[in-house]
Amino acid sequence: MTLSRLSLAQFRSWRRLDLSLDARPVAIFGPNGSGKTNILEAVSMLAPGRGLRGAPAPEQARQGLDAGWRIRARADGRAVETGALPGQPRIVLLDDKPVPQTALARLLRVIWLVPAMDRLWTDTPEGRRRFLDRITLSLMPDHADLSLAYDKAMRERNRLLRDQIGDPGWYRALESQMAEAGGAITRNRLKALAAIMAHQQGGDFPAARLVLMPGEGFADDSDPASIAARLASMRGRDLAAGRTLTGPHRADLGASWGPQDMPAALSSTGEQKALLLSLILANARALADQPVLLLLDEVAAHLDADRRAALYDLICALPAQSLLSGTGAELFEAMGSRARRLAVHREDGASVATEETE
Amino acid sequence: MRHPQAEGSDDIQALIALMARLPGLGPRSARRIVLHLIRRRGDQMAQIAALMEKVAQNSRECLCCGNITDRDLCAICTDPNRATGEICVVEDVADLWALERGGAFRGRYHVLGGTLSALDEIGPEDLGIPRLLDRIAGEAVSEVILALNATVDGQTTAHYIADALEGQSVTVTGLAQGVPIGGELDYLDDGTISAALRARRRL
Repeated sequence: MTLSRLSLAQFRSWRRLDLSLDARPVAIFGPNGSGKTNILEAVSMLAPGRGLRGAPAPEQARQGLDAGWRIRARADGRAVETGALPGQPRIVLLDDKPVPQTALARLLRVIWLVPAMDRLWTDTPEGRRRFLDRITLSLMPDHADLSLAYDKAMRERNRLLRDQIGDPGWYRALESQMAEAGGAITRNRLKALAAIMAHQQGGDFPAARLVLMPGEGFADDSDPASIAARLASMRGRDLAAGRTLTGPHRADLGASWGPQDMPAALSSTGEQKALLLSLILANARALADQPVLLLLDEVAAHLDADRRAALYDLICALPAQSLLSGTGAELFEAMGSRARRLAVHREDGASVATEETE
Repeated sequence: MRHPQAEGSDDIQALIALMARLPGLGPRSARRIVLHLIRRRGDQMAQIAALMEKVAQNSRECLCCGNITDRDLCAICTDPNRATGEICVVEDVADLWALERGGAFRGRYHVLGGTLSALDEIGPEDLGIPRLLDRIAGEAVSEVILALNATVDGQTTAHYIADALEGQSVTVTGLAQGVPIGGELDYLDDGTISAALRARRRL
């Protein structure tokens, strides 16, 4: 069992919530603002980072209490606790011992789809790069450390550029580290894209052809020697720009589908959503031998009834544990008895959940 | 600042406040230490106070390697037996002491006092790297061992020094990374395991 227990204390709209979970998907429904997404967000805090809303820790505490928040879970047989006291950063305890957040990446794979990602294909490359890196991180836990090392060395180099420092040895020292980490980052991204493409099934959720786009930054180069050589030869232009213009930090994710190889950005809103779902489901399948949690927020939006039913069939066939949210119970009708149903509403300013059984 | 009268004089309060700022201590442990010292004020506290004063007056950095000493040159730099032609470069004195505790290294040291960091405005001159290069040219050095931390800043500094020494007749080496003595594989992180695997050797 990936996640067998989940308890929230003073997390967003929840004063308390205690859930026992089994292998079945959980369908969470209720009116807008009742606290559905907050449950999914709480689960997303069992991964490193800022969760599916990308929110800072102080924002996640229940308003007006100034007492911080806490999430406890039983995940893959381990006791996980995370939370933040007022004014303090988030802490993580694994079996009651403090561990760095990155330890969570090795324990659980948490994948999510939220409505903010609906515009992914038409938004800036940055959002797609983040999406690609989340997928890559789920498949290759060392991706986080590599990204941190690359970013650190690049920030150092950018500072040298901005201060107009001309010491070539210093640049070479940073560039060789950027090249090592950058090459590994690109190899990881390419491996992740290959794994996702191999695990798409097509049908109602079209299989996409995915490419790592080089952009103007040669961001698809995975060879450390040529990355280092390019950084060295670009120093003049980078000095003029005051920042590093080439490298994996300029990467973009390209997706197209169907017999006409239709670019995702030109597809209908519904098709774009279906494409995202196809990738998310493929990501979960690619992690079949690992503990996966799949969080699908407002997933029924933009999907017609047939596609919804098809999606539920695919979710139930996944070797992952899923939590879904939606405004009305009727959205989950096609799940039938395969899913647990949790009705959520507000009472005295706090969220309350009741499990519906028929 | 007012304190409950039960907690002693202003001097004692000031001492507790100073202690609490030391690494590894907080207000609670500082109170405990000060109370303990006051109970043993005749022997322990007087001894500590005398030594503190002496060390504060006499300590300085070795002019050659940057180690802490009470003379111009430290005991390692003046010991002729340690002129092995090997220089071990470390980030700070704590690292030098750690290597000395190990007792395996018989050459001399060079303490940088930090790592290269453009963001923190620490450049090669701040770390005495030009001085290190002069030493290497002047002391008949055959090997430079870069015992720097496996962080981005540590490795940038290592790359920088290795780069500056290119073309000179010294061997530049770095410490191995891998399984610690008595370590269990199951408890190692992925990065360490990969590093250990890459650095594997024939038995």
